[in-house]
Amino acid sequence: MFAYLVRRLLFFVPIIFGVMLLTFVLFFVVQSPNATARRVLGQRATPKAIENWLHNRGYDKPLLINQTPGEPWHDSLFLNQMQRLATFDLGASDVTGRPLAEIFREGALPSLLLTVPAFFASLVMSIGLSLYLVFIRNKAVDLAASLLCVMLMSVPVMVYVIFGQFVVAQVLNYFPAFGFQLKGISTVKFLVLPVCLMVVSGLGSEVRLFRALFLEEMGQDYIRTARAKGASTAVVLLRHVLKNGMINLITLLVASLPFLIMGSLLLENFFGIPGLGNVLFSAIQAPDFAVVQASVFLGSLLYLGGLLLTDICYAWADPRIRLQ
Amino acid sequence: MLEIRNLSIDFGKGSARVQAVKGINLTIATGETLALVGESGSGKSVTGLALTRLLPEPPAVYSGGEILFDGQDVLKMGAADLRRLRGGKIAYVFQEPSTSLNPVFTIRNQIAEALELHRPEVEDIDAEVVRCLDMVGIVDPAKRLHDYPHQLSGGMQQRVMIAMALACRPQLLVADEPTTALDVTVQAQILDQLRLLKGQVRMGMLLITHNFGIIGGIADRVAVMFRGNIVEEGPTQSVLRDPQHPYTKALIECIPKLGQRRRRLTTIDHSILG
Repeated sequence: MFAYLVRRLLFFVPIIFGVMLLTFVLFFVVQSPNATARRVLGQRATPKAIENWLHNRGYDKPLLINQTPGEPWHDSLFLNQMQRLATFDLGASDVTGRPLAEIFREGALPSLLLTVPAFFASLVMSIGLSLYLVFIRNKAVDLAASLLCVMLMSVPVMVYVIFGQFVVAQVLNYFPAFGFQLKGISTVKFLVLPVCLMVVSGLGSEVRLFRALFLEEMGQDYIRTARAKGASTAVVLLRHVLKNGMINLITLLVASLPFLIMGSLLLENFFGIPGLGNVLFSAIQAPDFAVVQASVFLGSLLYLGGLLLTDICYAWADPRIRLQ
Repeated sequence: MLEIRNLSIDFGKGSARVQAVKGINLTIATGETLALVGESGSGKSVTGLALTRLLPEPPAVYSGGEILFDGQDVLKMGAADLRRLRGGKIAYVFQEPSTSLNPVFTIRNQIAEALELHRPEVEDIDAEVVRCLDMVGIVDPAKRLHDYPHQLSGGMQQRVMIAMALACRPQLLVADEPTTALDVTVQAQILDQLRLLKGQVRMGMLLITHNFGIIGGIADRVAVMFRGNIVEEGPTQSVLRDPQHPYTKALIECIPKLGQRRRRLTTIDHSILG
């Protein structure tokens, strides 16, 4: 188990390196640092100002490998940044100069306030609904539910957002259509609408998937054994089907954990929630390479951590799996 | 104890409807063992599952007849009565032990589940599970309690299935091809175990198999099933010695015997069977 963890963690290094290199190439080779500086400082910036801007951020170094005689080969823009990130020093924003650790700490809470309730609400609802569909085994209800699920899946998220903002917020005036304030219990009123939209937009595909998963379990021999023992349908579903189905569910659920922290790019943007999704969105537009780079770095770390956690959860849920 | 009267079972509906069991009659007395022999698709397993209405409905339809267990018609029972019947009075051992046990629960928990359902008066569940495992010949059962099914061999798994079935002291054990998935030596051990247990606890048994070779020492009577009908029924020894129906004759001739030269297996002309 320990050896397994160490091996997996060592694999993180080349993967993250590759992801960072790709991000770097996309940003700096496609658009030179010079052009970035010009976009940030405006068309009328003096050459001196641009040079200063580049120098302060280390962007005047060679891009990937330093080939200037007399200077160490690793004194390049990319490798310096990697050295910095290796010590988890995220650096500062290119545009405002604020430390990124601070920006991310601030953005994490609004993101989590949006995604965590949405995650658990949709988990409970989709597992509950799909188990119910398996439980009743009614052709007509099943067909109606499938139809509804496909409809929910087919409508683009944008339509839900516009509908929610217009009908629920504008016409009915139940909740604010836009904005966010971190102020005790009143924060909730800003979150209700985006959380509901997040749940509804994902519900269709999840119910369909879980239902298929549970139905497959229902056909297994050990389910017949459980029924032959005299277990009621509820016990069969909640004990035998759910525990076995969990093994498959875990992959889906744990893999989505990083997205909880990184926030929802779309919803945060449309509802003006100052979360990490919004931070990344405005950084791409600015462009603020330091923020994008740090977001990608943290995102891929979280994603890899999620995959590792998936494996550990597998071993925990399924006694047949040993990590080695 | 068990009386099946004119039982018919169909699958599907409309033009796709097939009759799997065509009005059969069977009885099993208390403590008696009946072997139900037939080829794949003859309706023998369907009959076994029907005893406690375990067939999924739909597609299965119980289209006629009655299944009387201690005078009560199983086909007219409510859900609660059926649950008391399943496992409590009629217990099952299935063909494939490796998939019939739930892979994510320990064998202790799987047997305990049966005990909790039908014998809530048992206080020391661990001790009772150990007793059940000991009864089916599992060596050092206390050490096996927290094993998962995949940690046991096929023979051991089938013993656990039998222990689980016997834990609630059923009046009838339905053994549906209990040895088909096992290799020959383990097959003999499991059959010996069933024979031994039958002597210890007064329990009726319905032994469903395609193999005439295994029923000799264990079944009191045998019924031969073919295409949803019972074509021959009688005391085991007399059917084995002097089969009347051509299908029974063919089945018995197909049992391989030691020392016999290899030859073509007997086939039957299906047209004469109607």
